[in-house]
Amino acid sequence: MLDSIVFYFFAGVAVASAALMVTRRNAVHSAVLLVTTLLATAGIFLQLRAEFIFIAQIILYVGGIMVLFIFVIMLVRLDVALQHIRFRLQRWVALFVAFALGVEITIVLLFARRLPGQGLLIQEPASADKLPPNTEELARSLFSSYLLPFEIVSVLLLVAMVGAVVMAKKRINDQ
Amino acid sequence: MLLASGKVEPRVQSFPVLPQMTSTLQAILTLLQTWWVEITCGVVIVAVVPLIAGYVVLVERKLMADMQARLGPMRVGPHGLLQPIADAVKLLLKEDIIPDNADKLIFWLAPVISMVAAMTSMGAIAFGPAFQVARDINVGILFVIGVSSLGLLGIILGGWASNSHYSIIGAIRSTAQLVSYETAAGFAIVSALLLAGTLKIRAIVDAQQQSGVWFIFLAPIAFFIYLVASIAETNRAPFDLPEAESELVAGYMTEYSGFRWSLYFLGEYANMIVVGSVATTLFLGGWLRPFSNVHWLDWLDILPPLIIAAVGVYCVYRAGKQPVPVQTWFMWAVALACFAVAAIFAVPLFVAPLKFVVPGLHGAFWFLLKVSGYIYVFMWLRFTLPRYRFDQLMHLGWYILIPLAIVNVLAVGVALILEGEFGWNHWLAAAVTSLVTLGIAAFLVNLHDKRTAAASSPAAASVTDPYAG
Repeated sequence: MLDSIVFYFFAGVAVASAALMVTRRNAVHSAVLLVTTLLATAGIFLQLRAEFIFIAQIILYVGGIMVLFIFVIMLVRLDVALQHIRFRLQRWVALFVAFALGVEITIVLLFARRLPGQGLLIQEPASADKLPPNTEELARSLFSSYLLPFEIVSVLLLVAMVGAVVMAKKRINDQ
Repeated sequence: MLLASGKVEPRVQSFPVLPQMTSTLQAILTLLQTWWVEITCGVVIVAVVPLIAGYVVLVERKLMADMQARLGPMRVGPHGLLQPIADAVKLLLKEDIIPDNADKLIFWLAPVISMVAAMTSMGAIAFGPAFQVARDINVGILFVIGVSSLGLLGIILGGWASNSHYSIIGAIRSTAQLVSYETAAGFAIVSALLLAGTLKIRAIVDAQQQSGVWFIFLAPIAFFIYLVASIAETNRAPFDLPEAESELVAGYMTEYSGFRWSLYFLGEYANMIVVGSVATTLFLGGWLRPFSNVHWLDWLDILPPLIIAAVGVYCVYRAGKQPVPVQTWFMWAVALACFAVAAIFAVPLFVAPLKFVVPGLHGAFWFLLKVSGYIYVFMWLRFTLPRYRFDQLMHLGWYILIPLAIVNVLAVGVALILEGEFGWNHWLAAAVTSLVTLGIAAFLVNLHDKRTAAASSPAAASVTDPYAG
């Protein structure tokens, strides 16, 4: 029972703050609400006993990415910048994308019920005591079966980093 | 984990009228019975940390006064011992000002974020083997670091919401500084985690117990990097640029007053305790007594009561020299309290049925002693070193500390291989790899000196420094 209370609490917070985030006019308010959404999602990860993903979500998304988001929002006058970005069809495109996503999720949920044990709904979830330690399992699969994709992703990140540095350097030299 | 420990069956008599209510009550009682240690620890943390923070401020002022040949606060209570309480009352009664053009909601929220982050991260810290709120977190040390770094959000948002130039410059400096030094601190922590081989806080301390040596001796450079980076992370001198009063009034806190200001302040001092606890857990052996695995030194267990009793004796000695009778009585009261605590620590050592409280009690004593030592070093550095300039701070972080930290992780890994695969003694492996790392550090400093010399030459003076300011 406690599990479902925890789940519905975090899920409710996540959905409510996500909805508020989209509707706020002020970019910093939106960012704070996005932080709330991310934290609530982290809470759901913890409720699923995925401790490592829970803390990775907090450290990377909330502590890293969102801090940089807010940093940029503070430095850029968004109310001025938005005038250039906004285009008229935005509302209709957004509506279409949201509708398509809704249909997609509905179809997945409907078919998940038809195929027992293969879809989203697993019949018998394992008990929390019997789950293997999450961090160790993750590390083991990352460094054995998924070593090559892991290395490719690292190289990709390195390339992105080098690219960012090169672009920043160019701007300084031009001045 | 949430439901895993529900072993104790509560004895609640069924209530015939409201069976639903009985089951709810029963559930609550089960929760209380299984989690009473955790709940008590949490309440104690929330209640005691503000008091401790106040007294840390008093100690800081007294130490500063001592190093500058002054007396420091003397008026409230004997030797200013009641000063923190007077300060707290003053802060609570002060007018709470919100600037007209501030973003009210965020202005209200920001200091709360800072304090809640610091307090929450304390939940996973083990203050001794018995006192810990969240016991079984598999990622304990990551939880402490990750959640305490969320306090940065409070600083940025507060600086932005104040709608003031000083505040926003302070907030920007703080962000840049924290993002830079967190990388170095992270690598230093990884060095210690390599030695421990686990992320669980208890298991890290147990690993130090088993290897018979605190990790500060196996990874001294990692400890040094963590010390420097943690000073920068807690925004303290010589890295207190976000609140440099000679340039920015009070940085991100400029527009804050009264209770909200004290929340920021509390968050900052709670953060000091958090970084001190992380350093103690990772490098200083956590709650272990010095030489805890040497059995013929077990008589060292008597040290905690002796130290506390010595403080009591000193209070008695000072009591005779007080100018006012009230202060003499107060000193006697403090001395008696010290003797009482010393007795609480000493009695279980000699009374067999009470032996089971010894590890918890003495563990907490050693842990808090080490954390105090770490905070003392913080203060000592604050009164000794002048403030850095912002570009110097960034250079130190990016050109010296981060490369050094990366090299050090490699060095610790190499030392572990030398020990595990080639059978070297761990002292020898640690010494050799540390010396190599020190050589690389000397090279980095030399390189940096050359670079700054080239940058300060007239030809390069026109190049703008992206980090300046």
